[in-house]
Amino acid sequence: MGVVGDESNTNPPSKRSRPRARRGAPSVPPPPAVDAADEALQDPDADEERGAVLVTGICGRLGKLLVRELHRTERVVGIDRRRFPDKPKDVVHYQVDVRRKKTRDIFRTEGVRAVVHLGVLHDPRVGERERHNWNIVAFQKILDYIVEYEVEKLVVLSSAAVYGPHADNPQFLPEDAPLLGAQGFGAIRDLIELDMLAQSFFWRHPQTETVILRPCHILGGVRNAASNYLRLERPLTVLGFDPMMQAIHEKDVVRALEHALRPGAKGIFNLRGAGELPLSRMFRKLGTSPIPIPGALATGMLDRLFRYHLSSFPAPELDHLRYVCMVDDTRAREVLGFTPKYDLDQTIEAVVSPRAWVAAR
Amino acid sequence: MVKPHTDATRPPPVAGSQRPFDLQPEVSPRFSRLIGDRVVRFAEDVLGEDIDAKIARIRTHHNETGHDPFGFDPDTTRYVLAGAALLHRYYFRTEVHGIENVPGDGRLLVIANHSGQVPLDGVMIATALMMDADPPRFPRSMVEKWTAELPFVSVLFPRVGQVVGSPSNARRLLENEESLVVFPEGARGISKTFDKRYQMTPFGLGFMRLALETNTPIVPVAVVGAEEQYPSMGDIKPLAKLLGMPAFPIIPQLFVGMLAPLPTKYRLYFGEPLRFEGDPDDDDAVVEEKVWTVRTAIESMLQRGLEAREGVFF
Repeated sequence: MGVVGDESNTNPPSKRSRPRARRGAPSVPPPPAVDAADEALQDPDADEERGAVLVTGICGRLGKLLVRELHRTERVVGIDRRRFPDKPKDVVHYQVDVRRKKTRDIFRTEGVRAVVHLGVLHDPRVGERERHNWNIVAFQKILDYIVEYEVEKLVVLSSAAVYGPHADNPQFLPEDAPLLGAQGFGAIRDLIELDMLAQSFFWRHPQTETVILRPCHILGGVRNAASNYLRLERPLTVLGFDPMMQAIHEKDVVRALEHALRPGAKGIFNLRGAGELPLSRMFRKLGTSPIPIPGALATGMLDRLFRYHLSSFPAPELDHLRYVCMVDDTRAREVLGFTPKYDLDQTIEAVVSPRAWVAAR
Repeated sequence: MVKPHTDATRPPPVAGSQRPFDLQPEVSPRFSRLIGDRVVRFAEDVLGEDIDAKIARIRTHHNETGHDPFGFDPDTTRYVLAGAALLHRYYFRTEVHGIENVPGDGRLLVIANHSGQVPLDGVMIATALMMDADPPRFPRSMVEKWTAELPFVSVLFPRVGQVVGSPSNARRLLENEESLVVFPEGARGISKTFDKRYQMTPFGLGFMRLALETNTPIVPVAVVGAEEQYPSMGDIKPLAKLLGMPAFPIIPQLFVGMLAPLPTKYRLYFGEPLRFEGDPDDDDAVVEEKVWTVRTAIESMLQRGLEAREGVFF
């Protein structure tokens, strides 16, 4: 959950100041009624009834990418504990913890139309207690506010990791496959619980269109385990294993989020990039040569490295290098109408391009 | 920083279209130069057949990257096929009957009896489908889930087209018009002791439900000769359980240092394709009846084959 500070130069935010842009300090928003009238006066074409899109975890890489796409056509409100230094001018950002009371005020005053929940903490270094509390309590609060303020749409970014890599997985997991991710890796339990919460919310509150997206490994400038792993100069692999892998470009995930925000879209969707390759082929494309280590040795070694803060990968994640965890995206193609735009080469290269950019600077 | 790779300029292929694989080296070039190519050349010289041409005729349903989504790799397969073809022709001297019954294209289930402790019967059926059928049929087979946990095996099996046995995998392959080899007896059949040779164990029903669901013709196959390759005197069940294996057979020849299977003569009988209609979700009893038809077809070919043969090794 970190930020790679390369945004402002690679894709500068829009300089166009829009009449709907909010003015003043974001922490003291003007009363919504006045604001709506004001907007209607200045921008008669805009449907003033349309509420804002609330993005949690907006300061993450995906949040920033999403905002950059959305803010031209939608009113975007962000919540994050982190600062958002290079945010587009027309985006309102609240630097608060979602669990605070302030969140309710945001829902009340901003007229939220849709919530995109990206604020899921995956960092394995954060204590289990805090991480669980952050992920579950925060999400539960958001669900409560969604009901209270009759928000029309909820988009949750889950992950294909909830299915977990297992030897007996079918090659392509459908959306109704059991969520066994925590079987080998306890830290994924938060995400599964979050996914389940969203699922039960889907059934209990049909008036809100709930979309759960489960993308395969997201690659790009994001600082997630998959991208960090592929960025390594000498990555470890498990000797005698070379599973087929899927990967999706971060910008494709953002496009899928936009698809999910369209009215009518609801349900659970697996997301897959264009094609799958053996892990060794991905390394060949990147030009890195991995170090294969026998399985039993690798587990113990990585466990120790992780404990001494020499590696950021917890040992159970090794299963991803052993077994398949690939998804069937038929539903996303047919129901959501989402097809990936980036091919696998571009997706894999997106992992190193920020590094190349930093090095060039 | 990033090495440019050769196929960056190639337009991304459209997923799902059927086209031959471009033979990209998957195994390290050094291995390929030193051993792999020699094996293939040697096999081609000895057999007088063009293995690469057979491989080139394989059509699978590739994904957007031009790669098989199940991990099949034509380059690894040519080495394996070269070795298997030598075994097929010179070690087991396989007699193949009725190969013309195998349809040249379209989805297909190949159902056979299973025996011999080590699934060499599967290898021989697959080799016959590649080397003797015209056009060659590239068979996929459904393997035990635990093979995916074994180092190296978990890499080799997918590379040569093996797929972890799950109904959804099978359905996907059949819908892509591929051919599938299934042993409905599973581990029960292969780990039979020698005194139970050529007595088929109960068939699973999954393959029939699959055939009904996907409207797939079934080619029954009888394998004669595999039972005697590793005669087993018994099965140590607790040890098998401890090691997480389906069986732990006692094979006398291993004690005298003979690791290779006995050079029995294999006889493969391919029957005429059987077609079934009905509800795939029907009661077990109804499906069992259809399974029985397949079983009897294999049984009768098996008996005919056993009567016809004059010796185990000749």
